[in-house]
Parts: sequence; structure tokens; C-alpha cells
Amino acid sequence: MLLRLLPGDPANALLSVGADAAQIEKAREQVGSNLPLWQQFLRFAGSLARFDLGTSFVSGKPVIEEIAARLTVTVPLALMGFVLAILIAVPLGILSAVKADRWYGGLISTVSQLGIAIPVFWVGILLVTVFAVTFRLFPSGGFPRRGWQNEGQVLYALALPVMTIGLVMGASLLRYVRSATQDVLGSDYLRTARALGASFPEALIRHGIRNGAVPIVSILGIELATTLLGAVVVERVFALPGLGSMLLLAIEQRDYPNVQGVLFISTLLVLLIGFAADLTQRLIDPRLRERAVGGNA
Amino acid sequence: MSPVETSVSARKRRHSLALTVGLVLVGINLSVAVLTLFWTPYDPLNASGGRLEAPSLLHWLGTDRLGRDLLTQLMIGARTALLVGIGAIAIGAMIGVSLGVVAAFATRLADDVMAATLDILIAFPTLLLAMLVVAASDSASLWTAILALGLAISAIVARLTRILAKRVLRQDYIVASRTSGTSWVGVVFRHVLPNIWPTLSINFALQFGLAVIAEASLSYLGLGAPPPNASWGRLLQEAQGTVYTAPIGAIAPGLALVALVIGMNLLADGLRDIADPTRGRSR
Repeated sequence: MLLRLLPGDPANALLSVGADAAQIEKAREQVGSNLPLWQQFLRFAGSLARFDLGTSFVSGKPVIEEIAARLTVTVPLALMGFVLAILIAVPLGILSAVKADRWYGGLISTVSQLGIAIPVFWVGILLVTVFAVTFRLFPSGGFPRRGWQNEGQVLYALALPVMTIGLVMGASLLRYVRSATQDVLGSDYLRTARALGASFPEALIRHGIRNGAVPIVSILGIELATTLLGAVVVERVFALPGLGSMLLLAIEQRDYPNVQGVLFISTLLVLLIGFAADLTQRLIDPRLRERAVGGNA
Repeated sequence: MSPVETSVSARKRRHSLALTVGLVLVGINLSVAVLTLFWTPYDPLNASGGRLEAPSLLHWLGTDRLGRDLLTQLMIGARTALLVGIGAIAIGAMIGVSLGVVAAFATRLADDVMAATLDILIAFPTLLLAMLVVAASDSASLWTAILALGLAISAIVARLTRILAKRVLRQDYIVASRTSGTSWVGVVFRHVLPNIWPTLSINFALQFGLAVIAEASLSYLGLGAPPPNASWGRLLQEAQGTVYTAPIGAIAPGLALVALVIGMNLLADGLRDIADPTRGRSR
């Protein structure tokens, strides 16, 4: 997969530097793009194996260092947004499925429909308008220069971005929780548990959550990957120095090693999250484990 | 009337409501977009009033930071959004459906490779793929944005087509058709495509909405169509800086965008019920 995604556009990145022929030739030698493509690729693959992502064209610093610094913004941002989304989606999703015939059940699912039609950055701008401009509760953007040395300031700066991610992701997650809960509600095992004398909440908690969680976990994996990679827009809205804004800057500056490095790390993260979601599903559902052992998963 | 019948007719009414509202929202957008080809309230490129004027009878939505009429910009934005949506879906459908059908016919190994590649492509957010395509081209333009989104959509369409086409190819009437001498190409056009078309077109409507959002995001990030093409995403990006003095500029383009996307989603809902009346409203 790396083979297909990464070494796509080296010539392009260099051609648009806008320098004269000699400078271009020198730059090409420097990054090795004057070599045949297959040699470039071998070099690239070799250095990836050593986690050497090269040095930035612009700053001259190792790409991996820059990425590590950026991840201290993006990962907490994505994870906190993710947790907030779960806190919103799970209770409300279950509620809207169980109480689908009440007005608030319908209201919740209608609002969540709205949630998937709204672009993330607009939610961010609206939150800024309400909380930063009107009520002056939170800053409208920026990140403390000294980073995590002052946790309070960081959390203050991340409040609105986390809310933005949590709301948008929560709305899309809610629909999946709702439909998983509906499946559980119509299931035979829930009726059996009720017939055996379990109260409705008891039956739902003991049997429903475990069963309903299996499809949700794989959705969660995809959503977390999307959030991590999609943080680029939110980072732009709130001027946060994260991985996404690094990619954006690198694209603008044609800083090819940085683009490549961010893509490599993103791909790695997507794979790891997918793997973690698979493992979690097996932990929750013993049937999946047996199938895997049986060899025809 | 039995309770079951009541609920069915109630559901039907709600569905036709979804279809109607969807058609109205998309229809308004389409008419505005067509209208801008012939007439706009003001010159979209030049100042027609003071900077950041509040809404008035002359400028219904006020003016932007260069003194241009915001309503005019918004109307042209509708044209851009529709153009991107239609263009991206057209590209995504052409590439996606062809790839999907080929994968459905391919040998086991080739099919597995294609399926795995598509899964990985889909795991990447549409926006990120689109950013890469834009980055790989020399300069951002409306057409690179359309091409980028079309390519990202084609992966999703290809996967869906592959699954649907395989299901059709397993049917007995395909065997019957083949034994009676129809070529594989004939099978594709006579049986496969007509059968998978309803489901595909619903998906196109949903993807249309996502493409509109993605284009707005690209424009917001400065990777979309450059000026003078007005795009809702860039309008929002420009308005963000002046949100203290002129909040309407940061609200109106977003409302227009959400109305179009919700309209397309409702349209998709309505189409789904026409295509498959047995399916309940489960989402």
C-alpha cells in the first residue's frame, strides 16, 4: 500500500519550485530525484525501514522530529474529541432507539441527520462565533508556544476544537449506535432474557451492549482514523500546529519529504487502528475468535 | 383499518415528504445556479458598496471585506457546488462502475487484490485523498478539485459495484443468458447494470452531498478553486477573519451548503423507498 500511495509525485514537487535550471538540477541531486525511479524507490523503502523519513526541504530538520512534535497536538485533540463523541453518541443513540416513539427520540435522530450534513469547519466557525466572540469563554484559536509544559493552557486552547470534533463525530456515530440498538431490541435473546425475569435495563446492559458493540467497534476504528487524519480542517480553523497543518503547509511549500513523512505516519496509524479494532472485536465476541482459530475467518 | 396498515401509510407519507423537501431544496439550488448564468444582483468581481456592510435593502446579505455583494457571491457558490457535485459524481461513476464490474468478473486473485486496494483507499478520508491529488497537480483549480473528489468517490463506487455485480452474476438467469448465447458484454449491459442501477443511484445522491462538503473543505483550506470562482468554502474562510464585525458572512454560506446537502440526503432517502418499498426506515 505504501508502494502505491507514497512515491507518487516527486517530479512535480520539484518542477514547481520555480527556480532556474541549474538550481533545479542541484536540488534534484540533493534529494536524489535525478536517479531512475526504481533506485529512488529502493532508497526510500530502505530508509523507511529504519524510520528515517529524511529532512525537510524548508527547515532542514529531520522530518520525524517535526512529526513527533506535531503529534503531541493532533493525538490528544483527536482522542479527546473521540471520547467526547462516544460520550454523546452512546447514551443518546441508545435513548433514541429505545424511545423512538417519544418526541425526543425522534428529535435526537433528526438532529443527528443534520450533523452528517454539516462541514466540520463550519461547526468550528459557529462555535467560535458563539463561545469566543459572543461569550468570550474560550480562545478562538492558537496553541501555547511552550506546548504541554502548561497543561491548563493547552486544555483551554483545545476546548473548542475538541468540542467541534466531538459534536460532528458524535452525530455520525449516534446513527450507528441507534441502528445497532434497534437490532438488539428486535433480537430473540433480549426477549428470552426478559422472559427469564430480567428487567428491561438489566437485559439491555447484560446482553444488549456486548452484542451491539461488535459492529460499533469497527465503525469506531474507521471514525478514529478519520478524525486523526481529518483533524487537518479543525487544526486550520483553530490555527493549531498539528499533523494536519503540517501536511497543509508542506503541500503549499512543496516540501516533499514532509508530505511523504506525514503520509507514511498516517498510513501507519490507519493500519494500527484497524488492527486494534479487529482485536477489540475478537475480545468482545468469542464467536469471532473461534472462527479465526478455525482458519476460515 | 388495522394498525399495521396505518403505520405503513404513515411511513409512506413521511417518505414522500422527504422526497418533496429534498426535491425543493435541490431544485432551489439548481434554479439559483442556472439563474447566475444570466443574471446576478451585482457584479460578482467588483465592489458594489462599502466594506462589510450590514444587510440592507440594497444588499440583502451585506457585503464582504472587499465591498462585494454577499448574496451574489452566495448565488455563484451554488453554481460551483453543483458543478463540483455533478462533475465528481460523473467521474466517480465512470471509473468506479467500470472497475467494479471488471473486479466482479476477474479471477479470484485479481479480485482479491482489487478489493484489498479499494479497502485501503476507502480507509483514507476523501478529503485527504483529494488534498494529495491537488498537491500532485501544479496549481489548484476547479477542475483539479473535481477530478480529485471524483477519484476518491470512484473507490467507494467501485467497491459497491463489485459487491452488487457479484450478487447479480450468481443468479441463475445469468447462466441461462450465457447459454443462450449472450456475450459477457451483453450480460453486463442487459442484466448487471439495470439490476444494480437503483442502489447505485441512491449512493450517488449520498456521495454528491459528501462531494459538496469536501469541495467546501478544500476551498476552505485554500486548495479549491482559486478566485474569482466563488465557493461557499472560501466565502466561509474569508468571513472567519471578520466574524467579529460581520457574523452573517460566516453563517449564510454554511446554511446554503447544509440546505443543499440535506436536500440531496433526503432525495436519496426518498429514492431508496421508491427502489425498495419493503425496506423500513432503519437509519
